[in-house]
Amino acid sequence: MKEFFNKLPEQAVRVIVVFLVLAVGLFVIRQFIIPPEMKEPALQKLSSMEREADKEVKYAGAQVCGQCHEKEHDIKKTGYHRDLSCESCHGAAQKHADNPTDVKPTSPKKRDYCGYCHTYNSSRPTGFPQINPDTHNPRKPCITCHNPHNPKPPQTPRSCAACHAQIERTKAASYHALLGCTVCHNTPEKHKTAPRTIRPTKPDTREFCGKCHDKASPGKGVPAVDMNAHGEKYVCWQCHYPHMLGGI
Amino acid sequence: MDRRDFLKNICLFISSGAVVGGLSPDAWAKLIHKDYDPAKHYYGMGIDIDKCIGCGRCMQACKTENDVPGVPYFFRTWVERYVIKTDKSVTVKTISTNLEELADSFVEKDMLRSFFVPKLCNQCDHPPCVQVCPVGATFKTDDGVILVDGKRCIGCRYCIQACPYGARYLHPETRVADKCTFCYHRLVRGLLPACVEVCPKQARVFGDMKSIASPLGRFIRMNKLHVLKPSLNTDPKVYYANLDGEVN
Ligand code: HEC
Ligand code: HEC
Ligand code: HEC
Ligand code: HEC
Ligand code: HEC
Ligand code: HEC
Ligand code: HEC
Ligand code: HEC
Repeated sequence: MKEFFNKLPEQAVRVIVVFLVLAVGLFVIRQFIIPPEMKEPALQKLSSMEREADKEVKYAGAQVCGQCHEKEHDIKKTGYHRDLSCESCHGAAQKHADNPTDVKPTSPKKRDYCGYCHTYNSSRPTGFPQINPDTHNPRKPCITCHNPHNPKPPQTPRSCAACHAQIERTKAASYHALLGCTVCHNTPEKHKTAPRTIRPTKPDTREFCGKCHDKASPGKGVPAVDMNAHGEKYVCWQCHYPHMLGGI
Repeated sequence: MDRRDFLKNICLFISSGAVVGGLSPDAWAKLIHKDYDPAKHYYGMGIDIDKCIGCGRCMQACKTENDVPGVPYFFRTWVERYVIKTDKSVTVKTISTNLEELADSFVEKDMLRSFFVPKLCNQCDHPPCVQVCPVGATFKTDDGVILVDGKRCIGCRYCIQACPYGARYLHPETRVADKCTFCYHRLVRGLLPACVEVCPKQARVFGDMKSIASPLGRFIRMNKLHVLKPSLNTDPKVYYANLDGEVN
């Protein structure tokens, strides 16, 4: 063995020494300097997930608020705003929940905030209560008349437009502008307070429209058609959308 | 020892060093948050178009929760307003979180139909963004969420280009790709994503697809579901109910 080393030419020894130093250096760097998550994809993933999981929570979540604010929680629970979380209006409030005396959430007392959800917009689904802020009791803050935690209108909405504004608007420009909604929809008063459980009727036969449009007994000034031949087999509103005649 | 053995030993020594360096004793023992085990969950989201009122509270909450820049070009989630006119033209516009701008677009003439479409990262099962990342900075977790490792991302924008849903953006401050994480930091604590938390109509439904009894379970059972751009085979985990054929 010794002989073997002695026999080695000096150049070879140097090469081996350099080689060994490099190898040890590499080992040290890999073992102690490069953080483990850079060597192992699975670890990299884990540490990235940990960092993600450690991020600060800002919205406390719906369960938390009720623990200290029973009153608001209980009135909201049964009202129209039951599906709203407290933080939809009061903003992110984790800091407040952690430290209720020092950090106070904001309350949207002005008119504009309610408008995000309640300003009339033709794209909103029919049935959603909407107002025109310019004409609905202008300038007064909404909360003088509506409790934000239970926003029951002081009186039942009078017109169907409160929740079906889009239909009301198109109907106003149609041939049926002069017909009230209730001519065609028998609407129980309760529909206006519990709209999804108590529903109005909808016309369901051709004869319904025939009451006014039948050639056999035409109303005065009402265009009439031959009920037997005109569009038979289909109900009338498959071709004439009754809230929007003319256009289509 | 002869020369051959010596070389053999050196090879062994160096490669064993590499192996030891690569292994880390606690590699698999870590849980990312308390006793949260990603392997036990698999998340998805349902969105009911017929319920969305376009109030933009989800966009606002997302920005607050995740420190997304306030200016209106950067979103992790956003809501598009579709207006289809009687001449069949389609306009699509991301709604604003600013009430005045929102009000601008309220009234539309000759409207055939119109609705809002909330969008976000689809957390695809076959994510194109993960495939293109040159440094492995974006990956899928065991619970089905696509994350970006901000420490590893080099900001090359490949993933932003690759995402067919436009769900990613380059964060102007950190200069790394950023996207919806389903609010991962909230999930590990058993909270809902911020957008779901504040949605006033439950138009967004979130849940664990490994659990049978959940609001998402019912959503998936009761609706005919669509995903965006199904032809790309990305297998999104954001499911839409009542989605219009014009939406892409
Ligand atoms: C640990 C108990 C606690 C929790 C949890 C809590 N609060 Fe409070 N909150 C308080 C207390 C106490 C006050 C009253 C402080 C005072 O009157 O000076 C308060 C006051 C408020 C106020 C009125 C602020 C004002 O300007 O007067 C609002 C709004 C509010 N909380 C909302 C919330 C919401 C939303 C949540 C849920 C995220 C929440 N709180 C959770 C204890 C709590
Ligand atoms: C529709 C938006 C809205 C929602 C949802 C809402 N709040 Fe409020 N809240 C308000 C407004 C507006 C005020 C200010 C009322 C006032 O000054 O008369 C307020 C006031 C309060 C106050 C202060 C009460 C006082 O008398 O000063 C508390 C506490 C509060 N809210 C808690 C809650 C909690 C808890 C929830 C969830 C259960 C909740 N709020 C949900 C809008 C809302
Ligand atoms: C984040 C959205 C949101 C905000 C903000 C909001 N609301 Fe509402 N509001 C709703 C929802 C959702 C309903 C329930 C409608 C339904 O059943 O479809 C509702 C119902 C109502 C109703 C009942 C209308 C009816 O007769 O059916 C009134 C009144 C009302 N809100 C007033 C307010 C006022 C006042 C404010 C501001 C303090 C406000 N809302 C803020 C979402 C909101
Ligand atoms: C002066 C009191 C008053 C003020 C202020 C007020 N409302 Fe009303 N609100 C009513 C009354 C009364 C009704 C029911 C009768 C009706 O249809 O006008 C109503 C009805 C509603 C409805 C149900 C739909 C409808 O048109 O009937 C909504 C939504 C509503 N209000 C939201 C608001 C919002 C948002 C504000 C603030 C921008 C506001 N209200 C301010 C008195 C008020
Ligand atoms: C407080 C809000 C509100 C008012 C006021 C209101 N509706 Fe409705 N209406 C709704 C909601 C919510 C629905 C359910 C929409 C849905 O199914 O998505 C509905 C549904 C309907 C339907 C369809 C029923 C069905 O089975 O498809 C008709 C018809 C209707 N309303 C007529 C009227 C008429 C006529 C009036 C006025 C006399 C009126 N509504 C007033 C909220 C209202
Ligand atoms: C000439 C009769 C007629 C009048 C007047 C009328 N409707 Fe209708 N309405 C119908 C018919 C028919 C349907 C069923 C349409 C269908 O199924 O395609 C209907 C359906 C509806 C629906 C179900 C959802 C939808 O968009 O189709 C609502 C809501 C509704 N009407 C509300 C109203 C309101 C509010 C008014 C008053 C502004 C009104 N209608 C006036 C005949 C009428
Ligand atoms: C209460 C009576 C009445 C009922 C019920 C009624 N209509 Fe009419 N309709 C009228 C009157 C009146 C006009 C004409 C208004 C005018 O020309 O100013 C009209 C006009 C029309 C027109 C337009 C004709 C033209 O000139 O182009 C159509 C189409 C129509 N109705 C279809 C229907 C359908 C479909 C129904 C059933 C859902 C229906 N109507 C139910 C009274 C009625
Ligand atoms: C298959 C589609 C279809 C059906 C179903 C249909 N219509 Fe029509 N209707 C039309 C068309 C198309 C016109 C226009 C005809 C024209 O302008 O010459 C029309 C015209 C009318 C007119 C105007 C006639 C005039 O003289 O100006 C009335 C009124 C009318 N329809 C009522 C009805 C009633 C009531 C029903 C149900 C009993 C009905 N329609 C069912 C397609 C239909």
